[in-house]
Amino acid sequence: MTRVGWIRLIVIAAAVAALEAACRLGLIDHHVVIPPSEMAQALVRLLISGQDDGQIARTFGIVIVAIAISVAGGFALGVVIHALPRVRRALDPFFATYYAVPIFIFYPVLIVLFGLSVMPIVLMGVATAIVAMVIATLNGLDRVPRVLGKVARVHRMGAMATALRLKLPAAAPYLFTGVKLAVSYAFIGVIASEFILAPAGLGRVISDAYTDFNNPRMYALMLLLVIVATAVNMILHVFDQRWAQRRGIGKP
Amino acid sequence: MTAAAADIHASLAGATRIYPGVAGTPAVHALGPVDLALTRGEFFAVVGPSGCGKSTLLEVLAGLQRPTAGTVTFEDRKIAGQVPEGIGVVFQEDASFPWLTVWDNTAFGLRRSGVAAAEIRRRVDDALAFMGLKDFARAYPAQLSGGMRQRVCISRTLVLQPRLILLDEPFGALDAQTRLLMGDEVLRLWRATGATVLLITHALDEAAMLSDRIGTMSARPGRFLEIIETGWPRERDSTIVSEPAFGEITGRLWHNLRGESLKSLGYSKLAAE
Repeated sequence: MTRVGWIRLIVIAAAVAALEAACRLGLIDHHVVIPPSEMAQALVRLLISGQDDGQIARTFGIVIVAIAISVAGGFALGVVIHALPRVRRALDPFFATYYAVPIFIFYPVLIVLFGLSVMPIVLMGVATAIVAMVIATLNGLDRVPRVLGKVARVHRMGAMATALRLKLPAAAPYLFTGVKLAVSYAFIGVIASEFILAPAGLGRVISDAYTDFNNPRMYALMLLLVIVATAVNMILHVFDQRWAQRRGIGKP
Repeated sequence: MTAAAADIHASLAGATRIYPGVAGTPAVHALGPVDLALTRGEFFAVVGPSGCGKSTLLEVLAGLQRPTAGTVTFEDRKIAGQVPEGIGVVFQEDASFPWLTVWDNTAFGLRRSGVAAAEIRRRVDDALAFMGLKDFARAYPAQLSGGMRQRVCISRTLVLQPRLILLDEPFGALDAQTRLLMGDEVLRLWRATGATVLLITHALDEAAMLSDRIGTMSARPGRFLEIIETGWPRERDSTIVSEPAFGEITGRLWHNLRGESLKSLGYSKLAAE
């Protein structure tokens, strides 16, 4: 492991140890936060019991569907908008301000339209994630060097071959940034929607545990979400960095 | 057909390029009319002030742009808005593909043409050896210097065995010493392939060192002011820069271009003196 990796591990371990000590020494009320070691034990017990397997599968299933729709739909929309400069100029202000609007205000409207089903949650996940992918696609296509278009013509490549063999690979690092953001936003959109109002799912179970003062269950599931979301993002980050390094982009 | 006409490999006749005005801006007359006949196997350089239409000339000749007026031919066939088979172009910008290794970059065009795998391997290995990139076959462009990346682009063109090679200021971004050495490599490539080469450059010394003939262009709209024959032997390299004739040629080129360069910079009065 690199020195930076060790420093990162030490920082995390120190933060967890500090929280553990604060809880054990009574600096933090046990009814508010339980020690991390108890959170981990509760998570292990919960996973072994299989008590919430259905909820876990449901939530992560919805997240995967929301990511797939956001990435595919965001990429397709980005390509179409990029090909229509006037439409893009008209939409640019909306993209720039999109994340300034609390899109969860539309969640009740979706519940009215689709009922308390999976659909409003998927749509909220997509709504939070898709614009990041659209913006990344536009950014990526903007950065395809113009000379590649000339190279394509020298090689007598058609529009489809140029798009697939040259433009897509050239834009790929920027598209991948969109994928990373879409994954993070989809997690947030889905869990938050379940937490606000849903018949099932991890967000709903955490909300119920919170209402019932069932701290071990609440923190166990929160820990699970933190671990999964962090692990997925770390894997994507490492892959992205190695890829960018090889291509000389040098992402920080 | 006369012997001279049969020897003409590519030509421009009255070629003109006018870019239409966009959003109320006036049209830009970038090139011509220009007449030029490239003889088979010659090395022709075009020099001229910035913005005089040198690259436009190359793109019109390559078939990357349609001339507004006039005709363009390659091997007796009219070029009509498409790059014909047999023409290879190396651009000033880094056009290597960062997602492919040097080997795969070089093989790109051959794979698209459906050439057999064994033949691709042979041609790519030969091209990489010729361009001194054999040890970097598995490297990615990001791991190479600017000069080496440009050599990758030349290799990618070379493996397709073009009969007319168009070089659009390929060494413009390189330092003076690397440019001289790259010039030697281009001369070696030219001799080995027997291809006709048209080089666009703003460097007078580069044009004087590499070319059989040099066309000096006026400020926009670009037209040929003079075409100078250098008289260099086919077997030559960068050592000719120390010959007296080299100084005479560059002096003559500068004499032709000084006024045009001043015009292109907006100093019309100085240019008239």
